[in-house]
Amino acid sequence: MIAASPQLTADGKLRHLLTIEGLPASILLQVLDTAASFVSVAEREIKKVPLLRGKAIFNLFFEPSTRTRTTFEIAAKRLSADVVNLNVQTSSQTKGESLLDTVANLSAMHADMFVVRHSQSGAAHLIARHVSPHIHVINAGDGRHAHPTQALLDMFTIRHYKTGFNHLRVAIVGDILHSRVARSEIHALTTLGVPEVRVIAPRTLLPSQVRSMGVQVYNRLEEGLRDVDVVMMLRLQSERMNGALLPSAEEFFKYYGLTPEKLALAKPDAIVMHPGPMNRGIEIDSSVADGRQSVILPQVTFGIAVRMAVMSIVAGN
Amino acid sequence: MLPDAEALMLALIERIRPQAGPDTGLVGIHTGGVWVAQRLHAALGLKLPLGTIDIAFYRDDYKKKGLAASVRPSDIRFSVDNTPIILVDDVLYTGRTIRAAMNEIFDYGRPSSIRLAALVDRGGRQLPICPDYVGATLQVPATQTLELQRDAAGRLSLHLLERRA
Amino acid sequence: MKILIRNGTLIDPAAGAESKQDLYIADGRIAAVGRAPADFRADRMIDASGLAVSPGLVDLAARLREPGFEYKATLESEMAAALAGGVTSLVCLPDTDPPLDEPGLVEMLKFRARSSRGARVYPLGALTQGLKGERLTEMAELRDAGCIGYSQGDAPISDNQVMLRALQYATSFGFGVWLRPQDAGLARGGVAHDGEVATRLGLPPIPVCAETVALSTMLLLVRETGARVHLCRLSSAQGVELVRAAKREGLPVTCDVAATHVHLTEMDIGYFDSQCHLIPPLRSMRDRDALRQGLRDGAIDAICSDHTPVDDDAKQLPFGESEPGATGLELLLPLTLKWAEEAGVPRAVALRAVTIEPARIAGLPAPALAPGADADLCLFDPDCWWKIEPAALRSQGKNTPFLGLELKARVRCTLVAGQVVFEA
Repeated sequence: MIAASPQLTADGKLRHLLTIEGLPASILLQVLDTAASFVSVAEREIKKVPLLRGKAIFNLFFEPSTRTRTTFEIAAKRLSADVVNLNVQTSSQTKGESLLDTVANLSAMHADMFVVRHSQSGAAHLIARHVSPHIHVINAGDGRHAHPTQALLDMFTIRHYKTGFNHLRVAIVGDILHSRVARSEIHALTTLGVPEVRVIAPRTLLPSQVRSMGVQVYNRLEEGLRDVDVVMMLRLQSERMNGALLPSAEEFFKYYGLTPEKLALAKPDAIVMHPGPMNRGIEIDSSVADGRQSVILPQVTFGIAVRMAVMSIVAGN
Repeated sequence: MLPDAEALMLALIERIRPQAGPDTGLVGIHTGGVWVAQRLHAALGLKLPLGTIDIAFYRDDYKKKGLAASVRPSDIRFSVDNTPIILVDDVLYTGRTIRAAMNEIFDYGRPSSIRLAALVDRGGRQLPICPDYVGATLQVPATQTLELQRDAAGRLSLHLLERRA
Repeated sequence: MKILIRNGTLIDPAAGAESKQDLYIADGRIAAVGRAPADFRADRMIDASGLAVSPGLVDLAARLREPGFEYKATLESEMAAALAGGVTSLVCLPDTDPPLDEPGLVEMLKFRARSSRGARVYPLGALTQGLKGERLTEMAELRDAGCIGYSQGDAPISDNQVMLRALQYATSFGFGVWLRPQDAGLARGGVAHDGEVATRLGLPPIPVCAETVALSTMLLLVRETGARVHLCRLSSAQGVELVRAAKREGLPVTCDVAATHVHLTEMDIGYFDSQCHLIPPLRSMRDRDALRQGLRDGAIDAICSDHTPVDDDAKQLPFGESEPGATGLELLLPLTLKWAEEAGVPRAVALRAVTIEPARIAGLPAPALAPGADADLCLFDPDCWWKIEPAALRSQGKNTPFLGLELKARVRCTLVAGQVVFEA
């Protein structure tokens, strides 16, 4: 049954960040503007502010990830919060404790915020439905569904290099079907008014109803990249070769990998983005990843500021 | 009868002028304090670039009110270490904004001194904070807010508004 | 025991009509309608003022969870649920633990059911041993033990040759085979309909062709063998069309739809509500509308509850990890009447889908409110709204997409073989 969006308070403020879908542009822009302030904090010697002093933030990672977890940890510490990292793989989950029991136990340890990554779509929503009112949930990636902080830091990056959104052509390339990053990017780009969002992939890697999300579909990289301002490459996981989705990494790289020749089809000042970690030689050529149009490293820096912004907005509501 | 903010501005400039040296760092507090600081900076011809800070991340009322809807980046381009700083705000009231601003400045470095300049001191201090330079001192009832505004031409003016509950 | 039911509105699906008449019951059967038989002295009089009286419901699919899954539900709790839902006959599935592939297990189940003095239980036997889809079960022995048909539950038969031979063997005895059309490969890994909702929510999809490919294979094998096949739980517009065409051709097929799918769509998943995790998945609005149209024009013969109690722990998980299924025995009547009201179908006609048609498919005596018929009756208040919440359900499974909603029609009294077995 359809209920009110669980991530907003009754007066429309952000209580949890579970998905970009359903958030008004004003909230997305608030995150970007607040993140800009945190970027300036990162440029001075004391990179901390006292905003979340005394708050306990638990990183609940049911799916392993060093880079995302580290970014959230740095962001939380720069807000002066106390951080606890839980790789739930190795602890109570293996003893058969249910997801909700784990959350309940941690809540009893005075957690104020959970940053959750899980292999199942909807896990963050499930947790958010069951935590007490004062606890906030941030989705660090759930199955194929959403990775909202990644999309926000990518929007921040785009705004940094392209100033605005309403004149852009953006292409997302790769395994859209399995990608929570792609789904969140699409929602963010369309909400912020990007007039043309393209997805480029072989049919096996496209959700059947992806057009209903407001994108144009291309099966050939050469056509899809023509005149785009932003190229977002997605990571291709090696398992995809096993499910009859793709024949080989080599063929994928030859026809869907971003090389200098393919990039040349985009606008000359197009930027190249990747959520990381990269598979060099599978979805992206090293010369492009390290080239002058790549903004992949700045994405990482911005990622800390954006996560600081998300945590500070959410924890105050 | 509220004083003319432009007149106060001129008075403040002259009060500070004897004490503003070549190595003085001016830091304005968003938003009204920055307007006042911009005028001071131009009139005093200071060498170091104007610093601006938004105290949103240092406020003491975050638990009650959450994060402000719009936060501007803080921007201090000069080195705070060993620099005498003049901190500038538009209306000095409880002193909590100044407390937050000082904490933020100390996260940039260790100034040799901080002096406080305010266009208006309306009393009502809740912390032991004292201004060094003031345009005017006013008595304003607690039910009212004293606000500095700036028009399109850059002219400053003071306004009294009923405090919303 | 002689019972007089007075002042009720009789809804007779056989006649397709309603009338306000008294009903006289003796020796487990309906003795007379309207006028008392000679020398009739009632041992008990039931005042059915304000109530409707219909034949007891016949449910083509209910999981009683015994043997093997007693932590989800027991025979006692689910019998209580059936009677509270006005269901007087139910067909139960063979996917228990162990599966019902041995006559002894079937006899035990029938014995347990008889002892619980509840609804009449008609088991489906396993079509293949262990439901593995490889070796045939002793269908004739299972029939002698009391099975009325053979099914795989949700387990697929991946080898078409096995399916062909199972159908051939069944036709040797004139047995009916009940099959759920879902191609294992096409449905593999999927948890939701391959539509806009699964795309947005990132849920692994089950395309419509998982149903239609399996359906096409089954229909072609029916044509090949002449086997009598009942197709279970249609979910798609294309699926309905295939069955409609098969019936036009004269193939001996029947089909049903789950009450949930008559009303709900993929949209009801909302924010990953695992109560809407069902097999087959809830599909698009167009598919749902086609199912409703199929009920109207007879392409779909019956509505069933697909009653599947699931423990709370198994539902309180991320959507894809949650166990699919919904409790349904107590909702079959209100959901059928809700469809009738929305579709403008008279009650007496609509109730055929849960009385006469399922009885025909299961080979049971035709329910009727006529002298000589079994006194299996359901007395309900058609105007009573009630809230679907755990306390209101007798089933051990409190898992339904309708939790928190209100439905109309509450059973007040149920009779089986002329005995009152449930009273609210």
